[in-house]
Amino acid sequence: MSELITFRIRRFNPESGEEAYYEDFTFEPPNPEATLLDCINHIKWHIDGTLTYRMSCRSAICGSCAMRVNGGGQLVCNAQFQDYLDENGVVTIEPVGNMPVVKDLVTDFSDFWNKVHSVNPYVQYADEDAERSNDGEHRMDPTDFAKINEASTCILCGACYSECVSYEADRNFLGPAALAKAQRLVNDTRDETKQERLEALSEYGGMWDCAHCFACVQACPKPVNPLYRIIDLRREAHKEGFHDNNGSRHARGFVEIIEESGWLDEAKLPVKSVGSVSEFVADLLPMGVRMGLKNKYRPNPLHMIPGRHHPEIPKMEEVKTIIQKTRLDKEDETAEAEGEADHG
Amino acid sequence: MIQHDALIVGAGLAGQSAALAAIRNGARDVAILTKVHPVRSHSCAAQGGIAASLGNSAPDSTESHEFDTVKGGDYLSDQTAATILAENAPDTIYELEHMGVVFSRTEDGKIAQRPFGGHTSPRACYAADRTGHAVLHGLYEQVMKAGVKTYSEWYMLSLVIEERQCRGVVVMNIDTGEIETIRAKAVFFGTGGYGRIFQTTTNAFASTGDGAIIAYRAGIPLEDMEFMQFHPTGLYRHGILASEGARGEGAYLINGKGERFMERYAKERMELAPRDIVSRAEQMEIDEGRGGEEDGGAVYLDLRHLGGERIMERLPQIWQLAYDFLGVDMIKQPIPIQPTAHYSMGGIPTNTDGEVVDDQENSVVRGYYAAGECACVSTHGANRLGTNSLLEACVYGARTGRSIARYVSNGASEEGAEKALKDAQARAVEYVERVRAMDGPERTADIRTDMKHAMMHKCGVFREEKPLQELMGELQELRARFERASVMDRGRRFNTEILETIEMDHMLELTQVVAAGALARQESRGGHARRDYPQRDDQSWLKHTLAYRQEDGTPALRYKSVEIVKYEPQERKY
Repeated sequence: MSELITFRIRRFNPESGEEAYYEDFTFEPPNPEATLLDCINHIKWHIDGTLTYRMSCRSAICGSCAMRVNGGGQLVCNAQFQDYLDENGVVTIEPVGNMPVVKDLVTDFSDFWNKVHSVNPYVQYADEDAERSNDGEHRMDPTDFAKINEASTCILCGACYSECVSYEADRNFLGPAALAKAQRLVNDTRDETKQERLEALSEYGGMWDCAHCFACVQACPKPVNPLYRIIDLRREAHKEGFHDNNGSRHARGFVEIIEESGWLDEAKLPVKSVGSVSEFVADLLPMGVRMGLKNKYRPNPLHMIPGRHHPEIPKMEEVKTIIQKTRLDKEDETAEAEGEADHG
Repeated sequence: MIQHDALIVGAGLAGQSAALAAIRNGARDVAILTKVHPVRSHSCAAQGGIAASLGNSAPDSTESHEFDTVKGGDYLSDQTAATILAENAPDTIYELEHMGVVFSRTEDGKIAQRPFGGHTSPRACYAADRTGHAVLHGLYEQVMKAGVKTYSEWYMLSLVIEERQCRGVVVMNIDTGEIETIRAKAVFFGTGGYGRIFQTTTNAFASTGDGAIIAYRAGIPLEDMEFMQFHPTGLYRHGILASEGARGEGAYLINGKGERFMERYAKERMELAPRDIVSRAEQMEIDEGRGGEEDGGAVYLDLRHLGGERIMERLPQIWQLAYDFLGVDMIKQPIPIQPTAHYSMGGIPTNTDGEVVDDQENSVVRGYYAAGECACVSTHGANRLGTNSLLEACVYGARTGRSIARYVSNGASEEGAEKALKDAQARAVEYVERVRAMDGPERTADIRTDMKHAMMHKCGVFREEKPLQELMGELQELRARFERASVMDRGRRFNTEILETIEMDHMLELTQVVAAGALARQESRGGHARRDYPQRDDQSWLKHTLAYRQEDGTPALRYKSVEIVKYEPQERKY
């Protein structure tokens, strides 16, 4: 007989009129190598038939069984319970975050699908008939395939939305999976609407509203790495000249400021991001004051004066050389996008 | 009552192909209904490729594809169906590529192709080792674009056929638990297979054969249900698929003693012999004590000589699966594998336009269509070649979609049937309430475990009269136990326990059809291997089984002829 383990599961029955609650199921695992899904099935089939969740392929490809395990979004079919027990032999299972709960571990994916739908998630041709043609295949260089390879492994499981802080803060944010899909289509050499896509994706809620927290990269069960796909989008946007938005200005301003002094002079960044002093005064300054008054942050007065709080860097020429070299190497403004991601 | 011109049940490759083709050919009111979200359909789990004689890697021809398919099917294929499959393959792939499906590429930018079992040329077009996923998501992109009305997470309960005309279906909205009737001029089934009746299977939990059994209960026979394909490389004990693409890339099969045992069974094609032959070879190695792992129940898939770079480029998913489920790094170690229930060659009989036919003369049931794994047009005969399933789902799904468009545009009747539909709904409500109230001492899960074990051991890779007869009795007992099972969840909303119980009811009936067909067929052909009748017997058994449901629920077997056009049956050697 092996040791008993406990699954602490968040329960919610929409028909009971009761609030959600946690229930502990303590049982002997079906086998030592059992997956989390095997254990959850064991509970449903042998202890409590009312436990409700989605699952199907049990091989990490259908995307049905995303849940929150010990606080993080992931699939439950491809992970063994042994790796998730705490010191008391407990695993905590909750429904994925950032979605309304339907029943127990089943959530309502409506907004997730809306977001995916909203990026025009299909190859678009200038000539509509091209889509239905069977006149031989398009040629796609293996290096172009490589650019869409990772995004195309997405199984739309929603684990990334569960953990996305930007989506949590603002439901208008498209979110990691939809942006990964968008990246695939922006970089798909068959698609003939790259400019329109990049323009739309530069709007509010699009590629620039990701806070680069990396939670999606950690949650994603496949090699999509959604944040990196968002960075790919930003690179494309820079390359294609979509500069007229706060995100792009922020990224370029970041590099410009460093190029000037070698330091990130944070007092200068907000102005560069919104585009002008007048916009800064009209838009960001009042918010900054309100945040200060409500103790959301404690401004360091020294940091508020541009150019005052950083000593001069002794080898400033080397900083400039690094930046110029990076530009020459990449020929686009990759450095900005990367610099910005690292900053986040 | 909900109403549509055409209702597509199931949203895998066949269903989505059918919906898109119907719309593109003029059908105006097409809806999809599926018990899981479309991208969760089991087509996503297909890995290695989709066949077409594009000739991108080596010269190829549709004739060669056609012949390989018929020979692979051990001459039980209806040959016109195989011809249509092969001839339509290249255009189908090009159309998918134009729709936006992401394929791996050759150095010169064409769709990459790899060798596969039983195919004499490298004709498996692939997207690394996630081809089904790539095609399914590509089709779903088009379904989103076309804005097809989709009933996602709705479960079909019954099919209404009146005077050999299909009238519609009764369905449950899983979220609310409400039962509704959908009247449709045309109903299409692309509901997939039923590998879940076996203990070890590559199939998803959803692959419970609902469509096939619902058709059967509506009076439609099921064809060739004894022909189950066992995939040679399911991960040991888990059954999770490790693509044949691995062998396509050059992987070896070795036994517990490290021998490349296929030398004894298919000297020429070795690991790339068709699946029925490879699975039998593995089972013989295991049965004769040359297996590996502690119980000797496994053989090994050995990729070490391919090198890490090639493995990670071409087979990244199965590397991850073997690592996650078995803790094996296949770059350094062989993976333990075993034969695993994978694909049903049989199903709902159709003609090559996807119309369901219900007798030995292939008479059409008006307004009822099927394609994909749930159907049997019989391209695959007694054994399907790898990569032909995705192809068949796309070719016949689309072909059937076009027939549906013609049918609904040409004044198909939608009058009448009110009473038949209402009665069917009342019966479905009563049935679901009966399930909801089940309150016996038995657990469905225990019955299911016993059923799967019995099927695997007595109706698996090898079959024999005595065990099959025992099995028939055991299945009756399991049916009786199921009548005493219980349901704990009495709620209406998202009641997955009721659904699992209904699926169990479906599977128990399916097992009887499969076992009865296997017991009756006294020969060995393709996926059906009898120890007591080891030879193929064209004199007596070159014919399709048709199983009809009798009043008492047991199957009555009849047979219909196989269509031989170009290729006379000959000895099958690899």
